[in-house]
Amino acid sequence: MSPVAVWYWTTRAAIGWLVILVVELIWLLADPRAAVWLGVGLGATLVVAAAHLVVMPRWRYRVHRWEVTPVAVYTQAGWFHQERRIAPISRIQTVDSERGPIEQIFGLMNVTANTASAAGPLRISGLDREAAQQLVDQLTASTQQTQGDAT
Amino acid sequence: MASRYYGAEWRRLNARMLILLPVQEVLRSLPLLLGLLVAGSSSGSGPEWSLIGAALAIGAGTLRWFTTTYRITSDQVQVRRGLLRRRTLTVLRDRIRTVDVTAHALHRVLGLARVSIGTGRSDRRDGGGLKLDGLSVQEAAQIRDVLLSKPAADTAAVAVDAGTADVELIRWHPAWIAYGPFTLSGIVTVLVAAGFGYRILSAANLNPTRFGPIHALLHDVGRTSPVLVVLTIVALTVVVTIVFSTVGYVLAFWNFRLTRQASGTLHVSRGLVTTRAVTIDENRLRGIEFSEPLLLRAVGGARCIAIATGLRVGRGAERGGSMLLPPAPRMVAVAVAAAILGDAGPIRTQLIGHGPVARRRRYNRVLLVMVPLLTVLLVAWWLGGLPAWPWQVGLAALAAGLPLAADRFHSLGHAVVAGRLVTRSGSLARRRGVLSADGIIGWNLGQSFFQRRSQLVTLTATTAAGRQAYEVQDVGVAEAVRVAELLRPGLLAAFFEEPRPAPTRETAGQL
Repeated sequence: MSPVAVWYWTTRAAIGWLVILVVELIWLLADPRAAVWLGVGLGATLVVAAAHLVVMPRWRYRVHRWEVTPVAVYTQAGWFHQERRIAPISRIQTVDSERGPIEQIFGLMNVTANTASAAGPLRISGLDREAAQQLVDQLTASTQQTQGDAT
Repeated sequence: MASRYYGAEWRRLNARMLILLPVQEVLRSLPLLLGLLVAGSSSGSGPEWSLIGAALAIGAGTLRWFTTTYRITSDQVQVRRGLLRRRTLTVLRDRIRTVDVTAHALHRVLGLARVSIGTGRSDRRDGGGLKLDGLSVQEAAQIRDVLLSKPAADTAAVAVDAGTADVELIRWHPAWIAYGPFTLSGIVTVLVAAGFGYRILSAANLNPTRFGPIHALLHDVGRTSPVLVVLTIVALTVVVTIVFSTVGYVLAFWNFRLTRQASGTLHVSRGLVTTRAVTIDENRLRGIEFSEPLLLRAVGGARCIAIATGLRVGRGAERGGSMLLPPAPRMVAVAVAAAILGDAGPIRTQLIGHGPVARRRRYNRVLLVMVPLLTVLLVAWWLGGLPAWPWQVGLAALAAGLPLAADRFHSLGHAVVAGRLVTRSGSLARRRGVLSADGIIGWNLGQSFFQRRSQLVTLTATTAAGRQAYEVQDVGVAEAVRVAELLRPGLLAAFFEEPRPAPTRETAGQL
């Protein structure tokens, strides 16, 4: 996983917090009578936002893990509820890669390996573009070698 | 005789559908026609409008016959339909998993049947399949045989196969109707009926309380004690539910028959008014779900559901298509499951329990929700404002929740029997899933914060069949790895840094 992902997650979370702050500011300007309470709320939001922006991306970077061996794909994610997923390469049906607009700026990409089960897509997020493309090629190549419909 | 070729020319639906399609279209637009009648009656021209609507519906139905054609080539099934927006739906024959032949009452009067072709696309809501609504019964059966026959190397082999007799695994017994009331399927019917009635009343702008007898009834109710009223309503609901459940059971499962056909398929046929025949390719069968809902279990009943790829449990058009045995005596269910699996072990075997922490977690689920809620309700009642009945109901729910938690723990269990994962959980809907190792296409290991602290893990076997995921809840990490290794060696252990010694059967799950 690319270390740039930390900054991508920070940016994405910051945008979310910015929206909340703007709403609060507008409210503050529109309704001066409740200024004290709104001021306190604004301060609290700032503190929580700062803590979230510092802790969340680094924590997420630490708990997100993935590995691809010749036989299987393995992913790990989650902070409080940890989920580890393993799928044999022979059972992978499709490999998707996608990137959102912000991820584009940071040069990041997500790779998702889908099996025939609705319960088990393996998602690897925050890869840099070359690594992602390489992974997609590698997975596609090994998936094509298997016969049958992987159910 | 099952041959793989059916002739590749475009065909139309059966001509008798010219009678049925307009009727179906009118029935489908009945709510709209009723709405038109009611809405139009205020302007005094309600009947005219709904007549125009009915004429349109009949026209649309007739048109549908002329615009729908289908063909079955050597490698695909195609349906073309639509007048302005011509659509061609194509299903590759390799991908066909199930062929479902249903005939409702109108179909049966005309000797017709509907063929639903299901594919393995479990991620789509419509299953990615297609329907041929309206073929003669013979044609439908013929198409089913054609589509499900294997691409045989030589046709002679097929001919021999088709000649062998089918083996009947189980046939319906009228005594099974006794299990009908315990299926609770009637509740859904009652709710749907109530909802529909309410919508008609509100659409027609009627107020039932102004209606003489109901008005008198409500007037009387106002004077009797509320306890009596509640008891009467409960008793009425119970009786109505029992009646509807039993009727529903008879309608759905009358004349039920499960056969294993020589071509390697399981064949289910059932139904009183609407008959339904489902054929499941045994190559697609990955296991069996043996389910014992609480009420059914109390009277010694159980049912069986197929875990097959392309048959997603309880979904859309294929809803109920995976049923292998309706609620029946437990002994019968065990025998049927054993006959299908070819081994009674997975159903009969003593499961490995999940240890004291799993038990505590079942109780915590109840206590962590109910105790805070009860406290809030009690405080609110104490400080005034809230009436007493919310906390009384809460207390009753807590009292009911504790035995439920005990039963949920009692249900927990897993085993690996002859290359199959057996896992059981649930109380209100206790299910024992039997999933063969080759049906498992991956593992998910989920650990909540609390599970991590007590070294437990929920192991989920993902699969393309049935419920898509079968869980072994709250087992020790080492036991989870052991189970996974037994079923698919070398997959899970490779990702665990420190291999732990495999526990013996006695200590398994006691972590």
